[in-house]
Amino acid sequence: MSEQNLQSQTVQTTGHAWDGDLQEFNNPLPTWWVYTFYVTIVFSIVYWLIYPSWPIGKSFLTGFSDITYVNKAGETVTSHWNTRALLMADLNKAEEMQKPYFSKVAANDFEQIAKDPELSGFVLSAGKALFTENCAPCHQQGGQGVIGFFPNLTDDDWLYGGSYDKIHETLVNGRRGYMPAFGEVLNAGEIDALANYVASLSGIAHDAGKAASGRVLFTSETAACYYCHTDSAKGRQDMGAPNLTDKIWLWADVPGAEKAEDKIAAIRSTIITGVNKGVMPAWGERLSPEQIKVLTVYVHELGGGK
Amino acid sequence: MQVGLEEQVAPLQGRIPVFTRSVKGAFRRFKSSVLITAYAVFFLLPWLPWQRADAPDQAVLFDVPGRRFLIFDLTMYPQDVVWLALLLFIAAAILFFATALVGRAFCGYFCFQTLWTDFFIWVEARIQGERPARVRLYRQPWTREKVLKVGATHLVWLLASFWTGMGFILYFGYAPELVARFFTGQAAVVAYATVAVLTLTTYFAAGYMREQICTYVCPYGRFQSVMYDPETLAVHYDARRGEGRLGRASARSGLRTLEERHDKGSGDCIDCKLCVQVCPTGIDIREGLQYKCISCGLCIDACNGIMDSMGFPRGLIRYDSEANLAKAEPVKPHLHWKRLKVVGYGVSIVFMAAYLAYSIGARSSFEGAVTQVRQPLFVVLSNGDIRNRYQIRVTNKLASAETFTVAIKGLPASVLDLGNLREVTVKPGHSAVMQASVILDPATAVRTREVTFVITPRLHPGEARIETAGFHYTPRG
Repeated sequence: MSEQNLQSQTVQTTGHAWDGDLQEFNNPLPTWWVYTFYVTIVFSIVYWLIYPSWPIGKSFLTGFSDITYVNKAGETVTSHWNTRALLMADLNKAEEMQKPYFSKVAANDFEQIAKDPELSGFVLSAGKALFTENCAPCHQQGGQGVIGFFPNLTDDDWLYGGSYDKIHETLVNGRRGYMPAFGEVLNAGEIDALANYVASLSGIAHDAGKAASGRVLFTSETAACYYCHTDSAKGRQDMGAPNLTDKIWLWADVPGAEKAEDKIAAIRSTIITGVNKGVMPAWGERLSPEQIKVLTVYVHELGGGK
Repeated sequence: MQVGLEEQVAPLQGRIPVFTRSVKGAFRRFKSSVLITAYAVFFLLPWLPWQRADAPDQAVLFDVPGRRFLIFDLTMYPQDVVWLALLLFIAAAILFFATALVGRAFCGYFCFQTLWTDFFIWVEARIQGERPARVRLYRQPWTREKVLKVGATHLVWLLASFWTGMGFILYFGYAPELVARFFTGQAAVVAYATVAVLTLTTYFAAGYMREQICTYVCPYGRFQSVMYDPETLAVHYDARRGEGRLGRASARSGLRTLEERHDKGSGDCIDCKLCVQVCPTGIDIREGLQYKCISCGLCIDACNGIMDSMGFPRGLIRYDSEANLAKAEPVKPHLHWKRLKVVGYGVSIVFMAAYLAYSIGARSSFEGAVTQVRQPLFVVLSNGDIRNRYQIRVTNKLASAETFTVAIKGLPASVLDLGNLREVTVKPGHSAVMQASVILDPATAVRTREVTFVITPRLHPGEARIETAGFHYTPRG
């Protein structure tokens, strides 16, 4: 059967015969396929001319296309095509597009920005991007902070003041929160008394007797808590000393403890060790004045815009 | 018989050129009227003026940068894309419905590939002459006459393709302005690219590919045939009548009248091959129903003309169903609509169209959406109260500015804090975001699961919209 087939077929062979009768059909590639292949060759040559391609020793063919961009130092740079230059050129373009908004931000004061629907819309989106990039690593994406490390920016309690000017000052100059460690200064009983007094200020179940002696200690020269936290324990914002009478906790994880004695233990441990990690970096050198202004309004808005 | 290698069809069959003969008849008239109507709508609609306050005076304008479609008095925003989806569903259902009833009616009369190919063939026939002249021209060497005629044909094709591309982009910009900008080199790059792509694709698809688009490229053509039933009407050759006992025979002497033919056993088909010559896909309908047939009915026109001139009854090639042709006594062909499939498609078309009409008729003048800020889910304030924050986005779908106010329902008004923006005025087609806070004491907060907002447009208070969002509070410790 196969012999008959071979004899009747008219498909060309390549003309060679091996082992007497072993032949090879000559079935060329389809024309369209061959031409597509030629087109890809032409394409690659055009590509070499435009984009960086062949390595030559330690260098390479750069191609004839180039990209012009303005670098961070404000110099205009023209380089051969590369993705970094492309990114810079794109960033230049983005800056150009944001410019009208940022110049409006620069021309208006905080209140005006917050009350203008268009500008506040811009602050909401641009501020979110800036916040995500610069602030969220510590303060978290939504500004909720982390108890024991980074303050919550969404509540109505501000260590250094929540006005536009104070937030702006915090952003530009940074802050350094500090509380001395009282573990070496006071004895265990005194510390326990103080912890019970502080708990009583926020309505946490406590030992009334200890709290009463803690209250005396609080305003005494021995412990001298009132220097920073004031007589009424409402804190001094110029020193970043927190208000101890509200329900908001930053350093002692009181909300995280279930039982009252654990809450008091958390307060006690903060009194013993003090606080020496409340560092907010200064952003004045890193961000542009307009960016800081956008962030100020954004953060102010996070706290409810009071 | 064993199939030898030489009889196998190559994987890529080279195109056998099709030179169609023009024909007159009812189906030709219908095809021409569809063509003229479709071209009139496609090319003239962008030039139809329509009075508008806030947009160019163009009746149909797909304003892509403005993110809206302006269709007469209807303005569509991206939120309304469901209408487009519904429209496509309805179009698909109509296609299925028509196919089940009358076969590939879309392919034969309405498909743009058919329309443009038809127009290109018409141009070809006007310049190069009727079928025999075109075949002769095709076979002859490249003489001056051939170069001129073929060149002129291609030039007209290219111009028609170019204007097709132009006609398309005019829907995406204010037509008079866009045309002026286009020819002065000021239009957007995308306009030139679109025109270039459409010019080339139209030129190749209608000038060169033609029926190959239907047979090799188009998925519709292939899947429409699976929607055929034995009762579906389609273009059929009545083989029983045409072939008779001894097959078809030309009308030579002794076979000129029906009586003579029937006596001698010949069928009614005089084998004039006109049905083959008029076919735009180059098939022989007498070989039966086949996938290349687009049901354009031109062979019916051609055959009826011949039957008339022979004095034979019409309808040797006609719209009929397989079931009817197979019957011992075929009846007059008619629509078989009393089938579950057909009725089902029909009912679904009616329902979808009714819903679309209702949805467009009852559209609101604005969109309002409340989303709860979920990072953090809730905030404990210094006095122990619980705050949840919300973003309220309003989109003004009116043609004029509108001011929106937000109120709270089911809770005292004092718990709602709108911050700096107590109301927002939104430009037509734009959106604005309001920040809202709801502050509850811990006891109420534990009980509250959701908050209801009322968004009221000042000019249309009757359209106030109620939106609910969750309220979260999980007491710790």
